[in-house]
Amino acid sequence: MGSLSLSAISKSFGVVDVLKGVDLDVAAGEFVVFVGPSGCGKSTLLRVIAGLDEQTSGDLRIDGLLMNSVPPAKRGIAMVFQSYALYPHLTVARNMGLALSQEGIAAADIKRRVETASALLRLDALLDRRPAELSGGQRQRVAIGRAIVRQPSLFLFDEPLSNLDAALRAGTRIEIAKLHRQLGATMVYVTHDQVEAMTLADKIVVLRGGIVEQVGRPLELYARPANLFVAGFIGSPTMNFIGGDSAARLRAATIGVRPEHLLVAPESAGAGAWIGAVSHAERLGADTMLYVDVPEVDVLGAGMLTARILGDIDYAVGDRVGLTPQAGKVYRFDDDGNSIAA
Amino acid sequence: MSRAASPARPWPLSRAAVHLVLILYAALCLGPVLLVVGNSFKSRAAIFGAPLSLPGPATFDLVGYKTVLGQGAFLHYFANSLIVTVGSLAAVLLFGAMAAFALSEYRFPGNRLLGLFLSLGIMVPIRLGTVAILNMMVATHLVNTHLALILIYTAQGLPIAVFILSEFMQGVSKDLKDAGRIDGLSEYTIFFRLVLPLVRPAVATVAVFTMIPIWNDLWFPLIVAPGEATKTVTLGAQVFIGQFVTNWNAVLAALTLAVLPVLVLYLLFSRQLIRGITAGAVK
Repeated sequence: MGSLSLSAISKSFGVVDVLKGVDLDVAAGEFVVFVGPSGCGKSTLLRVIAGLDEQTSGDLRIDGLLMNSVPPAKRGIAMVFQSYALYPHLTVARNMGLALSQEGIAAADIKRRVETASALLRLDALLDRRPAELSGGQRQRVAIGRAIVRQPSLFLFDEPLSNLDAALRAGTRIEIAKLHRQLGATMVYVTHDQVEAMTLADKIVVLRGGIVEQVGRPLELYARPANLFVAGFIGSPTMNFIGGDSAARLRAATIGVRPEHLLVAPESAGAGAWIGAVSHAERLGADTMLYVDVPEVDVLGAGMLTARILGDIDYAVGDRVGLTPQAGKVYRFDDDGNSIAA
Repeated sequence: MSRAASPARPWPLSRAAVHLVLILYAALCLGPVLLVVGNSFKSRAAIFGAPLSLPGPATFDLVGYKTVLGQGAFLHYFANSLIVTVGSLAAVLLFGAMAAFALSEYRFPGNRLLGLFLSLGIMVPIRLGTVAILNMMVATHLVNTHLALILIYTAQGLPIAVFILSEFMQGVSKDLKDAGRIDGLSEYTIFFRLVLPLVRPAVATVAVFTMIPIWNDLWFPLIVAPGEATKTVTLGAQVFIGQFVTNWNAVLAALTLAVLPVLVLYLLFSRQLIRGITAGAVK
């Protein structure tokens, strides 16, 4: 239960086209993450799936049933919002049970399902409190509980972790991943955080300007990005893009090297495809980010190459270093920005 | 870091100046009210002899209240005022909030234009239309009914109510309303149970601002409902003002009594009211 199929979904607000023909199939039980920069249409796409906005054209099917114009409550979905969106006047238990009582389910059943969900999320002690008495992390767990209670065929998450602080975010992320394993439900998750995308997803959908740029498993996108945009969007720190002669030698308009695939050696060691001076170093303990000025190389974007070295290696600002890409780890892109097969 | 850079407490001098201005303004507003209340407890000779002095043992006199309350009709006028005010208030708040919800929540063609049209009423005084309104009331046989006044005051109060409430409703979390839709709540439930409680301070503000001009109005009761059965307090107090002789004791006592309901309402709403007026200004 819980397959989702979108065909040629487009959505316009007045003259602004937010979605321009999105096709997507999600199998039952899959965890799909929509990522993209702000304004790419990922939230709008989620709202269309939820039925909160109606698509301008295209068909939407959940479990094979055509859902165009079906009101949100009848789609068999549940949604978790960024701002939690708990009902301020209801207790936690009633927040979680409201949808069920709207469906006319017996009070005893509601109680049982709320208790099951609250045990899963460790909310038992909070059931009689109101949202105002809860912390941010607790509120988000209640919001997730409210979704679980409905036993939907499709869970929708709209940037659920964005309002949490870093420590809570990591904890809740793991909780959502566990939940997906336990429930085996289909989940569609919107985020701009690529760590969330990489760690949670079975399948990532990268969106830009209302168009799907690439769909694939997280590591597939990391290893074989379809174009410059996906290559730059997946991976942190972001990929180095180099044009000019360096690219032309490899018969490409642009080449890309991930910071973790650059070998760094002092200039005195002699070797190095590109030579430059360290302009800034970020030492994180486990690894070190080097930002290297390479005036002779045509670096796109920031004008500096970023290298990521394992461990704490003490380069000072101004040190001259040689950078060499690892063999077989250079991505090539043509004039249109599309990947050239190796 | 210099100390001056931190947002220090205002200078004592400028603080004093602010308070001075506020105190003067408060005195200006309260002065006439206190004068009315004070003099309503004095004898006729004392009102004219020393209008600014407080009632003392020698000048204390309840003759005004005796006159007003002794005249049976006055309680009836009070009831009329209450019916008209409460009726109009309920209509303004209900329809104003619903219109504001529709304008702020739904996208439909002409939304902006309709909002503009509704707020135009803030700028055009309804009294300009008195003659047409009177004609309408005569044609519909509503002259000398409570309904006539309620309809007029509803029209008068709606523009500002829609304007203020739609601003506040835009501030209500969109996610919350959407969560309600996903949980299967009807639009009415979302409006009454989720949105309205959250804009309660704004509703209280609108309620007070709407109520006071209605309660105080002399114009429309005089024109469309001057009959004995529908006379309001402000109109009723006029019976004590004659062309040659005015019963000042009674007028002042009537006005003092007329202040009471507004005062009670204000006390009930005051906490909400202050939150409503300053919302957006702070935070």
